Amino acid sequence: MSSAAAEPDFDVIVVGGGPAGSVTAYLLAQQGLSVVLIERGEAPGAKNLSGGVLYGRVLDEVFPGFAQSAPVERRITRHVTTFLTGDSSVSLDYAGGPLAEPVNAVTVLRARFDPWLAERAEEAGVFLMPGVRVDSLLREDTPAGPQVVGVRAGDDELRARVVVAADGVNSFLARSIGLRPQPPTHHLAVGVKAVVSLPRTVIEDRFAVSGDQGAAHAIVGDCTLGIGGGGFLYTNTESLSVGVVLRLDDLVKHGRTAAEVFEHYLSHPVLEPYLRGGEIVEYGSHLVAEGGLEMLGQIVTGGMVVVGEAAGLTINSGLTVRGMDLAIGSAVAAAKGIGEAIAAQDVTATGLAAYRRHLDESFVVKDLRTYARAPKFLERPRMYGAYGELAAGLFRDVFRLDGSPRKHLAAVARDSFRRSAVSVRDLVSDGWAGVRAL
Amino acid sequence: MSVPERLAKNRVVLDEEESHIEIDQELCRTTGTGARIIAVCPAGVYSEQDGRIVADHAACLECGTCLAVAAPGALRWHYPRGGFGVSFREG
Ligand SMILES: Cc1cc2nc3c(=O)[nH]c(=O)nc-3n(C[C@H](O)[C@H](O)[C@H](O)COP(=O)(O)OP(=O)(O)OC[C@H]3O[C@@H](n4cnc5c(N)ncnc54)[C@H](O)[C@@H]3O)c2cc1C
Ligand code: SF4
Repeated sequence: MSSAAAEPDFDVIVVGGGPAGSVTAYLLAQQGLSVVLIERGEAPGAKNLSGGVLYGRVLDEVFPGFAQSAPVERRITRHVTTFLTGDSSVSLDYAGGPLAEPVNAVTVLRARFDPWLAERAEEAGVFLMPGVRVDSLLREDTPAGPQVVGVRAGDDELRARVVVAADGVNSFLARSIGLRPQPPTHHLAVGVKAVVSLPRTVIEDRFAVSGDQGAAHAIVGDCTLGIGGGGFLYTNTESLSVGVVLRLDDLVKHGRTAAEVFEHYLSHPVLEPYLRGGEIVEYGSHLVAEGGLEMLGQIVTGGMVVVGEAAGLTINSGLTVRGMDLAIGSAVAAAKGIGEAIAAQDVTATGLAAYRRHLDESFVVKDLRTYARAPKFLERPRMYGAYGELAAGLFRDVFRLDGSPRKHLAAVARDSFRRSAVSVRDLVSDGWAGVRAL
Repeated sequence: MSVPERLAKNRVVLDEEESHIEIDQELCRTTGTGARIIAVCPAGVYSEQDGRIVADHAACLECGTCLAVAAPGALRWHYPRGGFGVSFREG
């Protein structure tokens, strides 16, 4: 470290005021280190958008009881999974007390939630610089190889022992030094989202929840016009988060426009009753990483570590999208690793490898391993068309009494199966792959 | 409600001095990037006018989707300068 030409301005520079950045900064300041948190938005959260279901266990370890004090919207006690066809839907509805206590998942709106996290960091002594875009990394050659020694923003240079790239899915910082390549399009999806305001009581009646409880609907099939991805419909206190996530390779292949798919989703007859009378108060879009474990790659170099979605940390199991909890999990591992490296006076790639070890031991990499096969599985096109048709066909025949003699369920199932585009071999292959992937 | 009407609800601080989007017309044409970015952009930022691809950078939601599907070099896209661009109030 004595090789650094100039005395550093801070122990650590964290770039990006999302969950990964704010929690890393908070935990480092708690260790007594001097930390600056740089965010390009006019305030933390101003550039951030997600579906909004935060699995809260890890955040509760950092801020015990956060669900009582943070601006969270609703506690999710009902998960509904829906297969959609052009005119029908088949749903699985899980509502349960076990989801309520202790709090399992809450909905958040990022423009309100991220500032709360950043305030906790400021309280712990972090110096917050909003409205500043980091343009590039400062690097120096040392005997141990090239070392990141700070950042440049406009004409200003800031130096630190360690830089944390918490700059989200596009991570231009990691890309700029060749640490991480631009992800291929099948590892990325674009999320298109609207926030629709509705009175609190209307939401509770429509989604069959009460008080501060809420529902999360995951939707696959016709909502994306057969494009790999899915739809979501989540309840906030006085609004709904409604959107689609579309895998980029498949969106391009289908030749549809993202706006047209979103439009189709919002006006779908199965969605419409939930949204009726609501007002769209915001429209936004954001990329989301979809590659799972395969995307993890390089996250440590001399003088710098990569955390959160910049490190590709998301899990899409088809039914849930997780990114915020993994971002926070990586922040916990990074703060430990950086603390150890600085204490040992070794912030080269070797010293900072402590972060990678803590990450590997945490739930983050364990869960990524568990779901390692999910991205490939979800690339199978039948997930987004044929299976919805099959399920809808089956239930139509069960419930529609059209005067023809009734058959046993097994025979009905056999018939709808024959009519559908799914072959026995597909079903066996997808079923087996699904059981192993999810 | 159309996309422009929806976008009108968003708060944007427009950078009048520099656009964060630059297009290489030649590469956009020869690589098919033009058609792709017109299709994938959720904000309808790109359109074709007299055979040229034009960008209305004020409407950009800063997702980076266009860059992700662009052929190398066909599009120069980076985040707007600090404090400029879209600000979500919900997120
Ligand atoms: C449509 C959609 C739905 C989703 N749904 C869910 C969900 O239900 N649950 C869930 O857990 N996750 C969900 N995710 C994923 C989740 O939003 C992300 O994984 C999570 O926000 C990652 O956190 P982060 O802190 O790593 O990055 P981000 O939250 O993206 O934060 C990065 C920050 O860095 C800043 N920044 C970037 N570059 C610079 C720079 N050069 N200089 C200064 N600042 C910079 C940005 O402005 C931003 O504030 C969803 C994502 C999308 C798009
Ligand atoms: S970043 Fe997103 S919103 Fe902006 S032009 Fe590109 S695709 Fe459109």
